[in-house]
Amino acid sequence: MGFVTTRDLARDYDVIVVGSGAGGGQTAYTLALEGVKVLMLEAGRYYDFRTETPMFQASHDAPLRGAGTPDKPFGFYDATVDGGWQVPGEPYTQASSNEEQRFDWWRARMLGGRTNHWGRISLRNGPYDFKPHSRDGLGFDWPIGYDDLAPYYDKVEMLVGIYGSNEGLENTPDSPDGCLLPAPAARVGERLIAQRAGKLGIPVVPIHRAVLTAKLDDKRIPALLHPGNARAQALVAQAMRDRAACFWATPCSRGCAIGATYQSPAVHLPPALASGNLDVLCDAMVYEVTTKDGKASGVRFVDRKTGKHIEVKGRAVVLSASACESVRILLNSKTSAWPQGLANSSGKVGKYVMDTVGSDLSGQVPLLENLPPHNEDGAGGSHMYAPWWLYGKQGAGWAEKGLGFPRGYHIELGTGRRMPGASTGAGLEWFTKGSYGAKFKQDVRRSFGSFVYLSGRGEMIPNDNSFCEIDPTTKDRFGIPVLRFNWQWADHETRQAAHMQKTFADIVEAMGGKVLDGGPELDGRKAIAPGGSIIHEVGGAIMGADARTSVTNRWGQTWDVPNLFLSDGAPFASNADKNPTLTIMALAWRQADHIVDRFRRKEL
Amino acid sequence: MDRRTTLQWMLAASAVLGVPVSAGATPAARKGAKPTGYGTDPKLTQSYKSGELWPLTFNAAQNRSAQALCGLIIPADEQSPSAAQLQVHRFIDEWVSAPYPDQAQDRPVIVDGLAWLEAESGKRFGGKRFDQLDVAQQSQIADDICWTETAKPEFATAAKFFQRFRDLTAGGFYTTPEGMKDVGFVGNTPAVTFDGPPLKVLQIVGVA
Repeated sequence: MGFVTTRDLARDYDVIVVGSGAGGGQTAYTLALEGVKVLMLEAGRYYDFRTETPMFQASHDAPLRGAGTPDKPFGFYDATVDGGWQVPGEPYTQASSNEEQRFDWWRARMLGGRTNHWGRISLRNGPYDFKPHSRDGLGFDWPIGYDDLAPYYDKVEMLVGIYGSNEGLENTPDSPDGCLLPAPAARVGERLIAQRAGKLGIPVVPIHRAVLTAKLDDKRIPALLHPGNARAQALVAQAMRDRAACFWATPCSRGCAIGATYQSPAVHLPPALASGNLDVLCDAMVYEVTTKDGKASGVRFVDRKTGKHIEVKGRAVVLSASACESVRILLNSKTSAWPQGLANSSGKVGKYVMDTVGSDLSGQVPLLENLPPHNEDGAGGSHMYAPWWLYGKQGAGWAEKGLGFPRGYHIELGTGRRMPGASTGAGLEWFTKGSYGAKFKQDVRRSFGSFVYLSGRGEMIPNDNSFCEIDPTTKDRFGIPVLRFNWQWADHETRQAAHMQKTFADIVEAMGGKVLDGGPELDGRKAIAPGGSIIHEVGGAIMGADARTSVTNRWGQTWDVPNLFLSDGAPFASNADKNPTLTIMALAWRQADHIVDRFRRKEL
Repeated sequence: MDRRTTLQWMLAASAVLGVPVSAGATPAARKGAKPTGYGTDPKLTQSYKSGELWPLTFNAAQNRSAQALCGLIIPADEQSPSAAQLQVHRFIDEWVSAPYPDQAQDRPVIVDGLAWLEAESGKRFGGKRFDQLDVAQQSQIADDICWTETAKPEFATAAKFFQRFRDLTAGGFYTTPEGMKDVGFVGNTPAVTFDGPPLKVLQIVGVA
């Protein structure tokens, strides 16, 4: 077992897991450590975070000093391989030519998927977030509540390592003692935002991110994660020892060669592989789930290296290919028995795709000018954030409470004396009044570190106009029919985006700063980032309590096909402002426990 | 791996990885073929040089003009060398030559702007090239185009060129080791702990 080629594939597996990111990684981890034989199929190439991560490379080592390009949208050093909003040879289409109705679909074609470059922000959904419809009559309730998932949030936090603090704030759950790692000290800009936003009634507290601010306790944690399973405990303890703590340099978006952040290949895969129960095959582009007698029998995939189509068998199939890619596989698994696509008797496969509401504002703050040089790299991302603070103006009767929109957002903070890049010292004419020469050098020194970036990340309510379907004509380079997206923000979201802009301008003003880029943009339709740009794609195969209106049950198990499961963002029935990755992992662990249980009871 | 071992290993690794490994590499874009950029899976752990991935644009005269203008925008002082000394014009050439949409948009702005600069120099100073002018003479031209907001209508296009050229000069300069030091960036170095800003910094800002 281990990394295999198409020639080494076994005749059949207990479970086939499609995808190697947060959902697939967690699923494979849990199953393999419980003795289940797993085949993981990854559409992208093998990736070795230990040797491929650009640790300490500076901007001047990179083409264009690291600036983003269509090949590497987040900059040259972003960890993403063969990915982005466009993947060569793998198109998708838009149903409408209206720019406000487009959805941009991010993919990463690499082992570990998007977990290699993600922001590491790891927030638990709160109790309200699982029952939004009960609270305000909009969207859908999940068939599970916070208490169902809380034990799995605990486990995931202890396994992957999350820094943060418990603040006792509304719908912002505390973690039990022993789950979280220490929060890093706040940067000066973050402290100034906390001080001034605090005066506006906005709480700024330590954020939760998947970075090891200390080594994981390999003596204590494994027994809590795998009670009664000595072998799993030993493997997990070893994997924890193999990860180093953060050494406070190099942005996490590059990935981390020392394993100090969560990415699936650094955390989930090593113990799963060491168990001997996991085969991983890369360059395997799954396009169809095969069925026999009403059950899933395996999958078909294209070997990207040879173009060969290969079928492999499993007793159960777990799709964790990313929400929309899993939807695409289901819709392309169309047979006479499943004319609308597999597991789609409800007609809901592809419906209710959601992203996060995003709107950003930057400002320049004279108080932060000319500070004595000091190292603010920190944990390679935010140390502080503002969780949503106006729950009291929402819920039942929200429309009468004056806020104008029903769901909340949190604020992510960008501050600090970051490593200079291609745009350092650029766009400063308003600040320098056109200086050049010696005066320009002084102006840039003065400005360095004085900028703040406020990013709103808010909840989108699922709607009937945001969905994906199979494009009737377009195919990708493998001949697989592609997705066509339909998208529409509602007033719920655009009003929220306008509120972000107003709030951020108030915060910048409270710091004595100046809002940049002509902001704030108070027209929400202009302020909101296009669908898909925040890369929190969830929904498309939502879970529910009723087989007629949802695709999966409370376990992420499809109603129609009992041995077919979804373990990425697809089953999300809502998309709280909390970044989805931690919840994807918690759901996947819970689901995998369920699968193990069903295997033991011989029900699968 | 314990923390100390990790740091030692990383320091050694950074020393190795920091060395340019691409000296003498052949340009990826061959003559005649349309340059295609570095693709979606470039090697991230090596150093790249201007001209290595796609052919450059500037001829000798344009290089001279660009280097002189870099030196006017960011001259040497007691803290750091000039952008001209640090060859920032080579970076600007790499930028405007890149086969990507943003950079392609900058290309005519920069190339036409350099031509304007030479024409203006010759017109004002008896046929002299821009790099042959002294700083006072160069500044006489620059003062007319250094701020888009106040530039006279006849200098509007040149002011847009200067604005973009200055942005690129800054980006090229402040990403060099000398420029990073000049601006007060002291990160990108491993540490055992992160203790937050020094007390003095917090006191200045009033958040101690």
